Amino acid sequence: MTDTQVTTDTQDTADNPVTTDARIAMRGEGAASPAEAAAREQAPVAFPQDRTCPYRPPAAYDPLRDSRPLARVTLYDGATAWLVTGHETARALLADPRLSTDRTRPGYPATSPRLRALPDRRVALLNVDDPEHHAQRRLVLANFTLKRATAMRPAIQRVVDERIEAMLAQGPPAELVSAFALPVPSTVICELLGVPYADHEFFEEQSRRLLRSRVQQEVREARDRLDGYLGALIDRKLEDPSGDGVLDALVDQQVREGTVDREEAVALATILLVAGHETTANMISLGVYTLLQHPERLAELRADPSLLPAAVEELMRMLSIADGLLRQATEDIDVGGTTIRAGDGVVFATSVINRDESAFPAPDALDWSRSARHHVAFGFGIHQCLGQNLARAELEIALGTLLARLPGLRLAVPAEEARFKPGDTIQGMLDLPVTW
Amino acid sequence: MDIHIDTDVCIGAGQCALAAPGVFTQDDDGFSALLPGREDGGGEPMLREAARACPVGAIKLSGPPG
Repeated sequence: MTDTQVTTDTQDTADNPVTTDARIAMRGEGAASPAEAAAREQAPVAFPQDRTCPYRPPAAYDPLRDSRPLARVTLYDGATAWLVTGHETARALLADPRLSTDRTRPGYPATSPRLRALPDRRVALLNVDDPEHHAQRRLVLANFTLKRATAMRPAIQRVVDERIEAMLAQGPPAELVSAFALPVPSTVICELLGVPYADHEFFEEQSRRLLRSRVQQEVREARDRLDGYLGALIDRKLEDPSGDGVLDALVDQQVREGTVDREEAVALATILLVAGHETTANMISLGVYTLLQHPERLAELRADPSLLPAAVEELMRMLSIADGLLRQATEDIDVGGTTIRAGDGVVFATSVINRDESAFPAPDALDWSRSARHHVAFGFGIHQCLGQNLARAELEIALGTLLARLPGLRLAVPAEEARFKPGDTIQGMLDLPVTW
Repeated sequence: MDIHIDTDVCIGAGQCALAAPGVFTQDDDGFSALLPGREDGGGEPMLREAARACPVGAIKLSGPPG
């Protein structure tokens, strides 16, 4: 596939069937040439790259879609790694205990210098293998069940309604990330954890640095500030056990009893707070942008809100905002005759995996009627997103209510001028000017 | 249909309860459990989908459907 074809290919923003057919035809041709396949072997694709359309994988990943289930990629530091691109293989490998998430292991892959800022430090849950991971997850699991998420729906609806009332009172236009997409999940996770929302500007800023800064010193400072803040919060909860949040329970039942030390409690609080608001905020902002670029799908959703759960699942699949999950093989692993060697880095391109035609026919089309359930946007295996049930509830309520209350919702800038996040972090809109 | 849940493996993702809420639930600790009276799946058509949705393969189905 030539660069020209790739560039032209990304210019469309609606998923019209002609473009999709043309793309498949082009790809079919490319896949038939052994010479081209050999050339790809010699020149691994750089990963990650910035998207050109915020809800599509970068055009430069198109060759990877012909190379399933595995490809080779070059990371930012020149290291090479396996890129998993096939859906069935991704499910098998993400559930395979021979792949570690412990980033302190020598040779562990990184997709940004940010991830090497604290080389000796493991993020709780995320960088912890079993059996330690199972014990950690168990500490907080009961707060993130489907039942618990369902029970939180009225509270989520209240938070969403308050934000929409404020937008209506202020009148159009609005910047949707700061007015809605960020404060909704931020408020919800504060209420769930027992973190004062009054401190949101502080922890949102530190989260932004942790997740997006390319300056290692900035990442270390953000980590120190969050450690200090959450450590002090846990100390306050030790003195005053009157709160009813997840962190209050953790302090009361575990830290006080000595079964979890203060450091581990701070580490758990950090991941729950950071992952608990930033990811959902990105899904709301990018979800709204995607819907506004697909007016027919938007109209279907407005006409029949019972489509919302399926729509959220399909948006999760199509947007694949956590695009580049990292692992390292601890043993040789055979994948259909190819050996991933012990020590090799393995990266999961969720945007490519979730567009595997064998699992999702016509994968570039946004389609509420497809079964999107088996996407890997929340990951798979033991590390599958702890907060996914809460996220689904938040997304259904936030998107559903926004569409219902603002029937004239539209972009306030040309679609191509909307700013979104670079490829080396969670995907989402930087800001989203809207009017109604 | 015999449904076996390996609770040592279960991570409480809740995917079974999401796919087949008429059969699966989560207990107070968050782990997968069968609803009382639905231990045989009760002919639930989403049973295989629910087992496949489990991210850690904790659900095993055996025997005739129904």
